[in-house]
Amino acid sequence: MILLFRKRPDAREGVTFLAAFLKLGMIFMMLPLVKEGKILHFRFGEILPGIPIEFRVDGLGMLFALVASSLWILTTLYSLGYMRGLKEHDQTRFFVCFALSLSATIGVAFAGNLLTLYIFYEILSLSTYPLVTHNGDKEARSGGRTYLSHLLGTSVAFVLPAMIYCYVKSGGDLNFTDGSLLSTNIGSDAGLIVLLAFTLGFAKSGLMPFHSWLPNAMVAPTPVSALLHAVAVVKVGVFCVIRVFTGVFGTDLIEELDIATVISYVAAFTIVVSSLIALTQDNLKRRLAFSTVGQLAYIVLGVSFLTSNGVTGSAMHIAMHAFGKITLFFCAGAIFVATGKKYVSQMVGLGRQMPVTMLAFLLGSLSIIGLPPFGGAWSKWYLFLGALEADQLAMAVVLIISSILNIAYLLPIPINAFFRRPPQEDGQVETIKIKEAPMACVVPLSITAVGGLLLFIFPELGFELVQLITKK
Amino acid sequence: MTEHFPVLILLVPLFGALIVVLLGRERPDQCWVTSLISLGVSSLISFFTIIAVLSGKVQTLRYRMGGWPESDGYEVGIELRVDILAALVVFAVTFVGFVNTIYSKTRAGAEVRGKIPFFYALIQLLIVGLCGIVMTNDAFNLYVLIEITSLTSYALIAMGNRRAALSSFNYVIMGTIGASFYLIGVGYLYIKTGTLNIDDIRMVLGQNDLWEHQSIIVAFIFIMLGVWTKMAFFPLHGWLPNAYAYAPSMTGTFMAPLMTKVMVYVMIRVMVWVFGNEFVYSSQHVWGEIVIWMSVLAIVAGSLLALARTDIKKILTYLIVAEVGYMVGGSWLAEGIGQAGAFYHILSDAAMTFCLFIAASIIVLRVGDSRVNAFDGLFRKMPLTMIGFTVGALSMIGLPPTCGFFSKWYLISAGIEAGHWGYACALIFSSLVNAVIFFRIFERAYFGKISGVKEDHFPSDSDANPDIRIKEVPWSMLVPLFIASGSVILLGIMNRGLFEWIQTALKIMNT
Repeated sequence: MILLFRKRPDAREGVTFLAAFLKLGMIFMMLPLVKEGKILHFRFGEILPGIPIEFRVDGLGMLFALVASSLWILTTLYSLGYMRGLKEHDQTRFFVCFALSLSATIGVAFAGNLLTLYIFYEILSLSTYPLVTHNGDKEARSGGRTYLSHLLGTSVAFVLPAMIYCYVKSGGDLNFTDGSLLSTNIGSDAGLIVLLAFTLGFAKSGLMPFHSWLPNAMVAPTPVSALLHAVAVVKVGVFCVIRVFTGVFGTDLIEELDIATVISYVAAFTIVVSSLIALTQDNLKRRLAFSTVGQLAYIVLGVSFLTSNGVTGSAMHIAMHAFGKITLFFCAGAIFVATGKKYVSQMVGLGRQMPVTMLAFLLGSLSIIGLPPFGGAWSKWYLFLGALEADQLAMAVVLIISSILNIAYLLPIPINAFFRRPPQEDGQVETIKIKEAPMACVVPLSITAVGGLLLFIFPELGFELVQLITKK
Repeated sequence: MTEHFPVLILLVPLFGALIVVLLGRERPDQCWVTSLISLGVSSLISFFTIIAVLSGKVQTLRYRMGGWPESDGYEVGIELRVDILAALVVFAVTFVGFVNTIYSKTRAGAEVRGKIPFFYALIQLLIVGLCGIVMTNDAFNLYVLIEITSLTSYALIAMGNRRAALSSFNYVIMGTIGASFYLIGVGYLYIKTGTLNIDDIRMVLGQNDLWEHQSIIVAFIFIMLGVWTKMAFFPLHGWLPNAYAYAPSMTGTFMAPLMTKVMVYVMIRVMVWVFGNEFVYSSQHVWGEIVIWMSVLAIVAGSLLALARTDIKKILTYLIVAEVGYMVGGSWLAEGIGQAGAFYHILSDAAMTFCLFIAASIIVLRVGDSRVNAFDGLFRKMPLTMIGFTVGALSMIGLPPTCGFFSKWYLISAGIEAGHWGYACALIFSSLVNAVIFFRIFERAYFGKISGVKEDHFPSDSDANPDIRIKEVPWSMLVPLFIASGSVILLGIMNRGLFEWIQTALKIMNT
């Protein structure tokens, strides 16, 4: 539909808004049923022997879908401001691919079996490619190439055989069951390989060593980075990992086979190294990208604890991180639109010029770092509890260290912005006027920043949904 | 009426060829229409044949040529036997032929000027040959039909540019050797069993328990080698790349999807129907392992050779070599899903190769250059063609919902089930290599600057007009492309139904 309106920008954006609201509405309608513990199924005929295209709306999927669709609305508003503010080209293609990507994301969220999940995962990779390479210049091309090669390469090389292996071993069934799909058909070594294949294969989760697509995808326009790389694409990755852990293997089986430790170490490594790299990045978006890599690894780490607290922490972090990170990205984009600045070193003293934005940045940072009164505190807390519960003291330490690192690479930005003066030029004292980004940019970032606060005060919905999966 | 379908499928194009030659003298422009009608009728009949086979009790149609009755329980004449597998392949052949004829409307004049009637006659004879191969139940008749298809294809290929004649000669040599091997194999079978009817051969071999007999084993080997040469199974593939790349485009688009696949069909039939699974897979015969590793080699070599090339048609032909590797490996893996997967891949590969070849030919024609640089910026200038190309490419890579994904699914499952990790890994490797090959092309097409007209473009596109502007081609070429891409997706979505039919038919064959 967006294509039809390509000549009339306002109508075109209107369609996007309409679709976004409809989507959110439909998801809300399903919410009460899911809360009661029912799982909704929709089947669309079998496409492979024994495997239908099936959708399943349960607690985890609902949580993810809510986050994604509500943030879509905000991002659309933000994109309006951004794209028009910079007079970007090819806006129709942009919004069409955006809509497709969101639909693919919801497809993953509600997938009822591995095959459906895989199909939408691939659709998402393909539909986000034009968004990443939007600028069309050499950097964009190479960023896009890294993006696709990493994402498609890992999914075809790892996920596809792992999935087929599960199909063969389980006698032709790929449904996510509340328990385990593989039950007793699999030994320890094979189990480890398959689990690793899935975890690394869903490279959208940003685990090292397949993470480099994420910082390289920062060549995309910021709304793309914001939604896709803070919310949709990366969350799809970790969501798939959580699904594999809980629905395909089942935490009991993994515990039995004792294969989760490797995953924990990979995740912990990713957390520490990415935070360290983030410290060295001067380009704000790249810094945020590496931060995202680390934060996603928290989610994987939490699941690898195999305890209900760990899984809770992971799932909640999907929501908390999404709101927090999207705030930060929105701010980064707003700064670019208003001042053209991309580098942290340029942003000294920016607080005077863009107080709302930098305040939002501060709030978002606090949520990511995990301090109350922000939502991130809840998820960090549960992750920490999960680590202790699983006797993984080393991991608990890792969590603490990385929080300190988070402070180190995030807080200086708003602090410098507010408490230091910008370098003087020509010895003159300039009077700094407040010049924020367009309203369409500022409103969403304020909303998401406040959202982080609200999520702290009202986390119950999230917890309810998560408990539906942690209870067996 | 339905019992005559098999023979009608053969007769219609046969007479069509005759009419075309006669007409050609007076009215060359009518050749196209005549071919179109004749192949259209033939496809229609083959479609109805599928329905007839499925609805029959025994799921097989038989037809005795000339009506020779049995004698002593053995078939005396030439018998046609059409089960669902044969019916599907026959439909594929006639339908591709039909769609290809649409494509040839404008190309015939440009590429084979002066020989138009011969072109259409030969194509129809080729179709007769291919359908005959699939339907016949007589081993020697199979040889005759192989020769018919070979001779017509030699001539068709040689109609291309200067290099085509040499490539065709190369093909003649290798093809004749292959066919002769097949004939020798049949000779051995005849000596031992005294009959040429495939069903009867099976019966005699079983009754007298001749499985371990030396001449039977030798017969099998010869037949396999012969068929492998004809299907370009690595390392017997040398004739393929040049032959298909330099042939006139409308020949290439027809032959690339079909010729090798029909030979794969023959291989599967010989393995399953004539010799039976106990013979082929019995533990005494270690060649199963060897063949699968050869197919792994074929897949890897084909993919790497394709990666190394810069000429789009050469790339596609080497990919065919890899695909043949898929099918041979799949059939030799194990019973059931491997063979069924390989058979599904016959149909799936035919569709996607057809799609890619048409797209590539269109682009080569329009841009005047067959190297990969020809693709620069094409998403903007020829979006429809590129969409068709993309569908074929995605299928080669193996992304859902194209048929390529499902073939890979079945074949990889078969590999895992049989515990043959080498084969499964080779398939994944090939997907990744294909992804690299095609995404390089996509990137060019998406981002590149549109290339200027080259002075020395390919001789086969010898338009007198040097001012070739890149815009979309006429509908007669786009429609076939869309039909092909549509079938790639359709075969994918319908794969479950097809697969079930295939498995049932194979089970019947195995008992």
